[in-house]
Amino acid sequence: MLLIHCPYCEETLPEAEFAYAGEAHIDRPADPSALSDEEWRDYLFIRSNVKGPHFERWRHVHGCARFFNAVRDTVSDKFMTTYKAGDPRPDLTAEEAAQ
Amino acid sequence: MTTQKHNDTDRSAVMIRIEELVPQARFSLRVRSERARVLSESLGLALPVRIGSVERKGEVEALCLGPDEWCVLAPDKRRDALIEASRAAYAKIPHAFCDVSDREVVLRLSGPEALTALTTGIARDIESMEVGSAARTAFDTATVILWRDDENSFRMDVWRSFLPHVRALLDLAQAEFAAGL
Repeated sequence: MLLIHCPYCEETLPEAEFAYAGEAHIDRPADPSALSDEEWRDYLFIRSNVKGPHFERWRHVHGCARFFNAVRDTVSDKFMTTYKAGDPRPDLTAEEAAQ
Repeated sequence: MTTQKHNDTDRSAVMIRIEELVPQARFSLRVRSERARVLSESLGLALPVRIGSVERKGEVEALCLGPDEWCVLAPDKRRDALIEASRAAYAKIPHAFCDVSDREVVLRLSGPEALTALTTGIARDIESMEVGSAARTAFDTATVILWRDDENSFRMDVWRSFLPHVRALLDLAQAEFAAGL
């Protein structure tokens, strides 16, 4: 089982308490009706599907119930870091150097 | 060959005791963290800041569940006074203070094997929980609040509809202890 660090609880806890919630840093368009069908489709469904560090949302649903962001390596399934929702993307150079 | 005794019928009762506690008033409090201190003064509560910590003021117990969420436990006789205080404070400090007393059933688990029985359903490291702290976690997919009152004494708040499932698993663990497994 994965161990995930919750940035709100400041504890590292088992995956069973968490729920995955898709890719992070996807902003809802300010004016959806101004978008073309293709742009709206891209916003709703098109994801980056990266191989390597993936920025994604998680929710500590059986705990503090907060959404937060995480960077997980999709190759090794290791969590590189987690941070609070609303915080900017972290600089990964230190984590990448460590690997 | 076995050296185990099979005539010890009280064994399970000694190893782990599971009982349902008498219901008391329970509230769900949601308020922005920056207003929590002012609100706690007008409600006469002590609201802890760190998630998982419990503060007690008189007979009223408050557990911090999230950055803006608390669980407040009080004796039945304090219920109306707390609701009244919340109503009075509402205009100045917007918050939600909901009576959810009937939502959960509280189990008391005690005895030397109480912790082991809880590990049958809880993935979190219970052993490292501080005495006097509490946490919302999952017991085999059911959301529960686990309070560690003492080294070997726990309270577990289980949502009413999940209780038969949780209780069945705990009874199974108890039966296994009784069988010496």
